[in-house]
Amino acid sequence: MRTDPRRRGGAGRRLVLLGLLAAALLPGAQAAEEAAAAKAGADWEHWRPDNNVSDLPSLQRGARNFTSYCLGCHSLKYEHWWRLGQDLQIPPDLLQRSLLPPGDKVNDYILTTMPAKDAEAWFGKTPPDLTLMARSRGTPYLYQLFKTFYVDPTRPTGVNNLRLPNVAMPHVLSELEGLKRAVFRDEITPAGVHAQVFDHFEPIAPGRMSAAEYDQFVRDTVNFLDYVSDPSQTARRSLGVWVVLFLLLFTWLAWLVKREYWKDVH
Amino acid sequence: MVDHSVAADDNVDLSRRKFLTRATIATGAVGAVFAAVPFIESWSPSERARAQGAPTELDLSKLEPGQMATPIWRRQPIYVVRRTPDMLARISGHDADLKDPQSKDSEQPAYCKNTDRSRTPEFLVLIGICTHLGCLPKQRFAQGEIYPSWPGGFFCPCHGSRFDLAGRVFNGSPASVNLRIPPYSYPNPQTLVIGSDDKGAA
Amino acid sequence: MAAPGGSVPAAGAAAKKGLWAWLNKRLPVSEFIAEQLTGYYAPKNFNIWYFFGSLALLVLVLQLVTGIFLTMFYKPGELTSFDSVEFIMREVDYGWLLRYLHSTGASAFFIVVYLHMFRALLYGSYKAPRELLWLLGMAVYLALMAEAFMGYVLPWGNMSFWGAQVIVNLFGTIPVIGPGLVEWIRGDYGIADSTLNRFFALHVAAIPLILLLLVALHLVALRRTGSNNPDGIEIKEHLGPDGKPLDGIPFHPYYTVKDFVGVGVFFVLFCIVVFFVPTLGGLFLEAPNFDPANPLSTPEHIAPVWYFTPYYAILRAVPDQRLGALLMLIAVVSFLFLPWLDRSPVKSMRYRGWMSRTALALFVLAFIVLGYLGLQPAEGLYVILARIFAVIYFAYFWLMPWYSKVDAVKPVPARVTYDAH
Repeated sequence: MRTDPRRRGGAGRRLVLLGLLAAALLPGAQAAEEAAAAKAGADWEHWRPDNNVSDLPSLQRGARNFTSYCLGCHSLKYEHWWRLGQDLQIPPDLLQRSLLPPGDKVNDYILTTMPAKDAEAWFGKTPPDLTLMARSRGTPYLYQLFKTFYVDPTRPTGVNNLRLPNVAMPHVLSELEGLKRAVFRDEITPAGVHAQVFDHFEPIAPGRMSAAEYDQFVRDTVNFLDYVSDPSQTARRSLGVWVVLFLLLFTWLAWLVKREYWKDVH
Repeated sequence: MVDHSVAADDNVDLSRRKFLTRATIATGAVGAVFAAVPFIESWSPSERARAQGAPTELDLSKLEPGQMATPIWRRQPIYVVRRTPDMLARISGHDADLKDPQSKDSEQPAYCKNTDRSRTPEFLVLIGICTHLGCLPKQRFAQGEIYPSWPGGFFCPCHGSRFDLAGRVFNGSPASVNLRIPPYSYPNPQTLVIGSDDKGAA
Repeated sequence: MAAPGGSVPAAGAAAKKGLWAWLNKRLPVSEFIAEQLTGYYAPKNFNIWYFFGSLALLVLVLQLVTGIFLTMFYKPGELTSFDSVEFIMREVDYGWLLRYLHSTGASAFFIVVYLHMFRALLYGSYKAPRELLWLLGMAVYLALMAEAFMGYVLPWGNMSFWGAQVIVNLFGTIPVIGPGLVEWIRGDYGIADSTLNRFFALHVAAIPLILLLLVALHLVALRRTGSNNPDGIEIKEHLGPDGKPLDGIPFHPYYTVKDFVGVGVFFVLFCIVVFFVPTLGGLFLEAPNFDPANPLSTPEHIAPVWYFTPYYAILRAVPDQRLGALLMLIAVVSFLFLPWLDRSPVKSMRYRGWMSRTALALFVLAFIVLGYLGLQPAEGLYVILARIFAVIYFAYFWLMPWYSKVDAVKPVPARVTYDAH
C-alpha cells in the first residue's frame, strides 16, 4: 500500500542507474542511509524501544540525558536523587557534581526549577511530571514521541508530532536529531472523505548526532523513564524467582502428603 | 465399619505419613516466616523518613557564648550550647552529687567520653530529651539559679530531674542516665553537622 | 478433673491435659474440632471445582491483612491519595509488594468467586435445601462488587475518578429520586474529596465487616445442609451404622490436606502474577490510573476493571440509558432467582440432558465474550455482538423454567461415583 510508485516500470534500467549513482556517492553513503532511515518512518506506529532496565550504563546515560534536556521543564517528583544514585550505582559526589542542579541536595525529590505558572504562560500547559509517564503511556509511546517530530510552521513551537498531534512541547532534541519534514498524501477513507495520511519523513537539516546515535539517545532516555516509573521492578523479579521456586517445593510436598492420606479413601 | 469410605489399616505407612506431614508443616512454617518479613519491614522508617533524618547542619558563627541553639535532627531537639569559660569551670567539683560522673552507663560517641562530654570544650551537643520519660529539660545555666549550690545546667519540669553543664544527671533525680549525645562533627570550625562523623552518616 | 483455677501440672502431656481441660471448660474448643473438622463428613467425590470455596476464604484473609497494612500508609484525600500510593510503591520498605498483593488479590478474588459460582451452576448446588446458602453467597458477591468498586476509586488515578463518575451517574437513571440520590452519594456536585473519603471508610471498615458476617453465615448455612457434590446426591440419605454418611469422609484430615495443595497451586500462579506481571497488560492495573485524577480530561477508553465488564457490555448494548441500567441490574440480580427458575428434578449436569448442558455452555461463553466486549470501545461490530450475547445471557436464566423441565434426565445413582486419587 505504501510502496513508492517511482519504483515500478523500467525497473532494470533504473536499478543500473541507481547502482552507479550509489557507487559515485559512496562518501555520502551515511547521508543516504539516514535519508533511507527517515523515509522508512512509514511504519512509525510499530516502532519499539526494546529497552532493558537492567542495563546500567544505558540507565546512567538516560539519567544524564534527562537532566540535560528534560529537567529544565519536567520534574520527577516521586523520586529522590539519592535513590537514583543508589539504583544506578552513581556515588553521591559524582551525583552532586554531574547530575544535581546547583542548590539541590541529594535527599531532595527531583524537581524542576521552572515555575509552573510561567510554563503555562509559555507553552499553554504545565509540563507534566514524568515519573509515571512510562507506566501510563507505555514505553513505545515515549519512543515514538521523540522520533516523530516534524517541522510545521502553523504551530507556535514550529514543530508538530505524529504520536501526539499538536503537541505543546517544542522539539527540545532538535539540535541532536536535526529537523525533518513530514510528507502527507491525499487519501480517500472508506467513509468517502479526503484525508491527509502520513507517507514518509524527509530530512531538512542534520543534527549533531547521526540517526543511529540519536536512536540510542532516545532508547537510553526511554529506558531511564521506564526505570524511574517503577524502580523496584528488578528487585521484584529476582525476588519472584525465589518465591515461586519455594512455593513449587511446598506444593509438591503438600501433594505428597495429600496422596498419602488419600490412600485411605476408597 | 462395613462399606465405609475410610479404612486406615491397609497399605498405610504411618511413619511415612508422619514424616511427610512434618516436612510439609515445617516448609509451610518457613514460608510463613518469610511471608511475614515484608509486613514487618514495611514498618521500618520509610525512605522519606530516612531522607528527612539525614544529618543537619548548624552555622556556629551565629551562636553567642552562653547561648543555646535547638536544631532538630531525626525529630529530636538537639541542644547546642556555646559554653563560656565560667560555665566550663562549673562542670567540675560536684562529682559526688552525680549518679554517673564518668559517663559509664550513658549513650555518647567515643570522642565524647571525657569530662566535658564534647569534641571541643566550647560547644556542648546533647539530645535535649530527658532520659526519664522524654520531656524537654529547660536551660538553667546561671550559678545558684535553682538553689544556692546549683552549678548551672538543665532542669526538667515534668518530674524534677537535674543535669549539669555537661548533661550529667544529679543524684535525687528520677532520671538515672546522663543526657544522650548524638554523633556529630565539624567539617570546618564554623559548621556543626549533627548525625554524621568519621564513621559516616548515622 | 477438677484442676483448680490457673494451676498447671508439671509433666508435658499432663500439662496439656490440664491446660486443655481448663480451656475446654470455658470455651467449646474440643467440641468445635470434633463437630466441624474431624466429625464433619463431606462427600468423598469432590473434584477440582471444590477448591474455590477455601481459596475464596484465603483471598479474603489476604485482602484483609494487606489492606490493613496499606491503610497504615495510605492517606485518603483528593490532594494526598495519589501521592501516598506512590509513597507506598517507592518509599515504604516492601510497599510495592503490599500494593501488588492487594491489587492482584482483588482480581484473584473474582476469578476464584466466579469459578466457585460456576461450580454451583454445574452441580445444582443452589437447589433445595441450599437456596439460602446460594442467596447468602450472592450477597457476598454483591458486597464484594461494592468493595472492589470503592477500592478502585481510592488510588485517585484518572480511571478511578472517571470510573466513579460513570458508575455513580448510573444511579441517576432511577426515576424520581435519581439525581438527588447521585448528589447524596457523591456529597458534592461532582466526584470529589467527599466521595473519596466516604468510599475509604466504607471500603476499609464497613463493607469488610459486612463481608465477614455474610461469609460466616454462608459457612453456617453450609454446615446446616451439608455440601453438595458432583453427582448431586444427598450423602446423608445413606448412613452407616455409626450414623455417618457412607459416601462421606471426615473434613479433617482429608480435605484440610487436599486444600493445602489447592492453596499451593493458587499461590504459585498468584505469585507469578504479583512478581512478574502485576499489571497483567493493563487488566489488573489499568494504565490510565498511573495518571492523577483529572476532572477535565477523560481517558480515551473508560472501562471498569475486567470483573465488571460483562455487565458493562450489557449496559452499553442497550441504546437507552435508563433501560440499559435496568437490564444491567437484572443481569446481576438474575442469579438470585436460580433456585426457583430451575425446574429440573436432578441437580448435577452429569445427569441432565443436552438442553441444560448447551444452555450452561452458551451462558459461560456469553459471560466471557461479554467480558471481552466490555473492554472494547462501544462501536460497530462490538455493539452488535454485545446485543447477541446479552440475549443469550438472559436466555440462560429466563428460559430455564422451560428447558430445565422438558429436558431429558439420566438416572441418578444412589451412591456417588468415585475414582481413587
